[in-house]
Amino acid sequence: MSAPDGQPDVVLDCLGQRCPLPVIALARRLPELPVGAVVRVLADDPAAAVDIPAWCRMRQQEFLGNAPGPGYDVRRTH
Amino acid sequence: MPAGAIAWADVTASPVYLDAATAAPLHPVARQALLAALDDGWADPDRLYSQSRRARQLLDAAREATADTLGVRPDELSFTASGTTAAHAAVLGGLRGRRRAGRVLVHSAIEHSAVLYAAEQHVADGGTAVEVPVDRLGRLDLDAWSTAVSGAQVASAALIAASHEVGTVQPVEAAAAACARIGVPLYVDAAQVVGRLPVPPGWSVLTASARKWGGPPGVGLLVVRKGTRWESPWPTDERESGRTPGTLNLPAVVAAAASLRAVATDAAAQATRLAALVDRIRARVAAEVPDVEVVGDPEHRLPHLVTFSCLYVDGEALLHALDRRGFAVSSGSSCTSSTLRPSHVLEAMGVLSHGNVRVSLHAGNTEADVERFLTELPGIVADLREQAGVVGL
Repeated sequence: MSAPDGQPDVVLDCLGQRCPLPVIALARRLPELPVGAVVRVLADDPAAAVDIPAWCRMRQQEFLGNAPGPGYDVRRTH
Repeated sequence: MPAGAIAWADVTASPVYLDAATAAPLHPVARQALLAALDDGWADPDRLYSQSRRARQLLDAAREATADTLGVRPDELSFTASGTTAAHAAVLGGLRGRRRAGRVLVHSAIEHSAVLYAAEQHVADGGTAVEVPVDRLGRLDLDAWSTAVSGAQVASAALIAASHEVGTVQPVEAAAAACARIGVPLYVDAAQVVGRLPVPPGWSVLTASARKWGGPPGVGLLVVRKGTRWESPWPTDERESGRTPGTLNLPAVVAAAASLRAVATDAAAQATRLAALVDRIRARVAAEVPDVEVVGDPEHRLPHLVTFSCLYVDGEALLHALDRRGFAVSSGSSCTSSTLRPSHVLEAMGVLSHGNVRVSLHAGNTEADVERFLTELPGIVADLREQAGVVGL
């Protein structure tokens, strides 16, 4: 699953970055977007697969799922 | 200031070692037994001269004492060169002994890496491994376990008694009952339990590691219950009932046995004391460090171990910062591992893996040690967040 039309509103390229940097990039960018917007975080650090969904849970944002890249789609819910 | 006077502010407080789950400091009884056995137990216990007979007596006494503490028969217990070797032998020997039943190994997602690497080798050799998930608290999914062990061709099953990374105690008895119903032998990795908690019943093969209870490094325990189909995965060697090859480090074995006996007599009191300190750490870290996730089961857990993850903090930087303040802890964060992968345990639980700290206490840790850690931790985390520019995210 990714964004409804398959296309995110914003793509954050965090390829090559080690955790927690991709999570920090997501935490910085998401509040700048309108509620409902979808961010795709591109991150090849294996920890991102764990930490991005965990961040969404801790911050009550919606984790939509994995995307090609490898990427992770997150929707701003509040 | 007069020459020779000490500026107390410059004196670093004494180091606080909080990584007993890796290796507890050598127990005084272990040290004493080790020194005595270096003089008395250097000879090969399998030869026919008097020095050898003395070594044999020491080995037999060590085996009897350890078996007695574990509640097993002495001939069911073998000493190995490490806990890892014991785990490898438990997994591979269990599969080999049951190869006529099939080539499927069932194991939890949170086994020690020694078990997982043995499983990997089994798969590379054409076998199959079935991983059973855990929930967010790190508890085995018992329904999935029962289904998995009831599957076709299952040769054996492996379950850690309690997670070495997050402390969650596993439902070993229920898991063992599921195995017993269909005759699958269960291997239990009891490395974090032996010397601290009673070993749960129902297993066929059990392993432990002496350095976790204050014995010396380089001694593992492998227990194979009578009637269990188990065959050594190593080349033939007559030592230790043929279960583990090579000459034992007998002085270390003697020290391991003596210290296990000593810690077992005090285990219940220590468990009560350390569990209260861990409760304090769990509560205070959650209350006083912002954006922290304390992980693992808050109730059904090891008495001495607690794990938490600090959002936006680099695990390696946190370990170094704590080390500079005199605190020795370990971490499941990817940046602290040689493979740069996050801990498979945190991954299986779906909890934050970066900024991760595991604190594990030993009998020598005092309330003052824990208080100093709790007093300093919030400032250390706050400094790292400020340096990284992540405050307020």
